[in-house]
Amino acid sequence: MFWTSWFLAILAVILAWPVPLVLARARWTARSPFSAMVLWQAIALAGGLSMIGAMLVFGLVPLGGNLISGLKNLLGIMLGRTSGAQLEFWHAFALSAAALLFAHLVFTLLLTYARIHKQRRRHRELLELLSSPATGRPGTVVISHDVPVAYCLPGGSRSITVLSDGLMNLLEPDELRAVLIHENAHLSQRHHLLLWAFAGWRSALPWLPTSRLAQRSVNALIEMLADDVALHSVDRATLVKAIALVASGPARLAPIELVDGGGDRIDTPETTSARLGRLLNPAPALPRPVQTLVLVGSVLLLAVPTALLTVPGLLG
Amino acid sequence: MATLGELERAVMDLLWEHPEAITANALRDLLSQRPPAVAGGTDTKELAVTTVLTVLSRLEKKGLVERERSIRPHRYRSVTSRAEHTAELMLEVLGSAPDREAVLARFIGTVTDGEATTLRKLLGRG
Repeated sequence: MFWTSWFLAILAVILAWPVPLVLARARWTARSPFSAMVLWQAIALAGGLSMIGAMLVFGLVPLGGNLISGLKNLLGIMLGRTSGAQLEFWHAFALSAAALLFAHLVFTLLLTYARIHKQRRRHRELLELLSSPATGRPGTVVISHDVPVAYCLPGGSRSITVLSDGLMNLLEPDELRAVLIHENAHLSQRHHLLLWAFAGWRSALPWLPTSRLAQRSVNALIEMLADDVALHSVDRATLVKAIALVASGPARLAPIELVDGGGDRIDTPETTSARLGRLLNPAPALPRPVQTLVLVGSVLLLAVPTALLTVPGLLG
Repeated sequence: MATLGELERAVMDLLWEHPEAITANALRDLLSQRPPAVAGGTDTKELAVTTVLTVLSRLEKKGLVERERSIRPHRYRSVTSRAEHTAELMLEVLGSAPDREAVLARFIGTVTDGEATTLRKLLGRG
């Protein structure tokens, strides 16, 4: 138990700092945005799990040989059935910290969701009054504004894509189609859920520089994923032209942006640069075996802390 | 009968066109004059004033309409103009966007000669 807690603590530190730093700078991610995305999720989940797990296991050391018997004894103490005398200060401290961190993470995630949801509802209300349906394009509305902009507002069956007059005037039909396919990809691949989770992670741990790095990387990766979908239907030149014309990138999931509270923008010029650079100078996709390796690594990353926490209890 | 959503839209359109405050009765008359296609594509001739009042109080709750209570009947007006609401939406979308020029400038700073040529060709300026 004692060594497990140390191992989890080291894993938590590695996942909180050096690993995201390296991954945020890695160049291969643009060659396989999907595997990179899975890896980011595994890092975030495994990081949180080992952070909480390390403190939990350390706190339970005096209470039993494994997690399950430890938790059983803890419950006994909390219900007043057994005396908590064997629980020293530091162990009790670790247990409280684990509980607090867990509650904090869950609560922040829910709070972020509520905030996004409220903002989206207000946005939708205004849109209903200000926009008009685009002729011949179901689920698409046009708003009269000169700035070229396209974005999607997720909401299950009520998801809509919004285009501005400025955009429609600026782009040729082919380029407009590229933008629409790109936006639809965001909706059909449920990218707003990813953005929500990483926005929540960042609000929960804003002092962790890597939560910002993660959010930024994930944002760039979903843009690349949507670009790749668009490339199935339009040629590379059209997509590049559309992105370049809209300059700061046509695609955004609007409602997330205000949640970003920190004042740092998620969608940076670097994201657009990276998208354009990757389309203009396409590198071959990451070889299949390497992609598989990344995915297996992601699964292992999650499996290791989970196994450390549960397996000894099951065996004992 | 038009749906509430369609009516809200028609009412807001009218309020945006009339900057001065207006009574529910006057609004009802204006709504009835509108050709059906404009007022949400449905017939609004038999619109009751109570319906207009319902729509107005919904819009008031949403913070889009304000009511002048000093005289009876109450007069209604839109809180801000249509353009300001659109600007509000766009601000949410674009955030504190760095100006667009900066994005391309940043990109051009990192671009290689080969990429620049390709881009110029694509944009039809090569």
